Amino acid sequence: MTIDYHAILPELILSGTILVVLVADAFIRPRRTWLAMPISLAGVLASLIAVLTLIGSPRTTFNGTYRVDNFALLFKVFFLSVALVVLLVSLRYFREGRWYQGEYYYLLLTSFLGCVLMPSSRDLLMLFISLELVSAPGFLIAAFRKSDPRSNEAGLKFFLIGVLSSAVMLYGMSLIYGVTGTTGLYRIGAALSGTLSGGKQTLAEAAILFIVAGFAFKVSAVPFQFWAPDTYEGAPVPVAAFLATASKAAGFAGLLQLMFVAFRAEYAFWTPIFAALSIATMTIGNLVALQQRQIVRLLAYSSIAQAGYMLLPFALVSADRVVNHDAFAAATTYILIYAVMTLGAFTVVIALSRESSGLLISDFAGLMRRAPLMGVAMTTFMVSLAGIPPTGGFWAKFLVFKAGIERGGLGTALAVVMLVNSVASLYYYLLVPRQMVFVEPETDRPLASPALVTGVAALATLAILAIGVYPQLFYHFPPLSTLVGP
Amino acid sequence: MIRLPLVLFFSAVLFSAGVYGVLARRNAVLVLMSIELMLNAVNVNLIAFSQALHDLTGQAFALFVIAVAAAEVGIGLAIVILIYRNRETINIDEVNLLKW
Repeated sequence: MTIDYHAILPELILSGTILVVLVADAFIRPRRTWLAMPISLAGVLASLIAVLTLIGSPRTTFNGTYRVDNFALLFKVFFLSVALVVLLVSLRYFREGRWYQGEYYYLLLTSFLGCVLMPSSRDLLMLFISLELVSAPGFLIAAFRKSDPRSNEAGLKFFLIGVLSSAVMLYGMSLIYGVTGTTGLYRIGAALSGTLSGGKQTLAEAAILFIVAGFAFKVSAVPFQFWAPDTYEGAPVPVAAFLATASKAAGFAGLLQLMFVAFRAEYAFWTPIFAALSIATMTIGNLVALQQRQIVRLLAYSSIAQAGYMLLPFALVSADRVVNHDAFAAATTYILIYAVMTLGAFTVVIALSRESSGLLISDFAGLMRRAPLMGVAMTTFMVSLAGIPPTGGFWAKFLVFKAGIERGGLGTALAVVMLVNSVASLYYYLLVPRQMVFVEPETDRPLASPALVTGVAALATLAILAIGVYPQLFYHFPPLSTLVGP
Repeated sequence: MIRLPLVLFFSAVLFSAGVYGVLARRNAVLVLMSIELMLNAVNVNLIAFSQALHDLTGQAFALFVIAVAAAEVGIGLAIVILIYRNRETINIDEVNLLKW
């Protein structure tokens, strides 16, 4: 077996950086441990450049278990960009808190290594390893404020739920291996599209149920969502930003590959499950979000509701290639745009966390006057999350809605439920801008925000508006449909 | 030679015992051990299928599961010790600062 080293170059660079960060931390004087951040940043940038050199024809290595195609490249670029942003906004937060910075950047990069491996994994074993590589360091950085019992609790809940979901998912994987005799996603797809005997058919359906349940935990879909708000609230804010965007997107990247490559032949069995998951997730997420007083919990429930919209395209899969293609594109686009909006919102929360430890929504009072740039940025993100034009969030929702309507039947019903939910979500999304504009602040002192955090917030705002005004941006991407076979 | 359905039945029982333990036990360490039971049910499944299919992939998969499970127990015990230091309890019902 020969290994195509160019195909795994981004991962190799990232792994090298991880080792350098870990070793360097031992030799840097305690007051300079923040230097781990620039080292990590350089590594991630180098890895990003390595990904860009891979654009072109697809490459396969490790006996077909690892594939670098357009889908994988798009997600790799996305994950590395999220890594850049999370690194930038972490610097001041962790430097001022004096929390083990070397270890933090080491664990964060390890988690991102898992994210980058995920969209290329075309084998159950690779998929399992990448998923664990995303979650395991995540458990530790969620509990990173060691002396704060709330952070400990966030880590424990995340850990128990994460490991439990992995065990359930693995049980499903072992059954599917038994039914098909292989762990490669393409070969599983081929085996399932043939006729199976009665017993094997039942076993395959049970396996799909177990695997979907495991992934539903990872992407915090109802009824497996309860860990998310607690973990996000207790974890350090940059970690919550990472969990709500990259970690969730990694779960979806895995789910997209499993459902569209391995299990597509069984769509008649699993599309109703996804329809139910999607409706329950968006409805319950929105209803509970209406009562939140704390901004991180609000964003957590918002991320649950948004996961419901992302699950919707899965329920549209059918035997029709065009419908599958639209559903796949809608899900992918939604995940990417959602991550930009949520990351932006968390950036503003990080700026605010320097003066308010409780992070209540009422702490946003008068922010528009105290920090106009942050105020405008937060308003844009909230409006975009609610899906109002001219923001990127509108196009994300529009694509999912359009895919639902064009599918007809069940799809139309789902699209209508989604529309009703979007309107209901307007209420709590606009609560934050209302506080910022119409409520008098306690003090007129301008909000002191680190330059890096302000810069990231401004950049995310520009990105959201650019996508909103010029949605053709997406048509410049190479076709992602390589995963959606005939 | 043991027949495959018997082994699968055994692993299903093992898995269910693990799930019951996770739901019913309140001690964090016992919950961790119950999760280990579930992972071992997976290993039994993988190896039984590997034997029945005359294919080695399942056994390699089981080795990876064992390694990852060990790493996870390490992380889990670290978090449990952290909580014990701060709260002097590892009863997961008493770890309830964050809700709704």
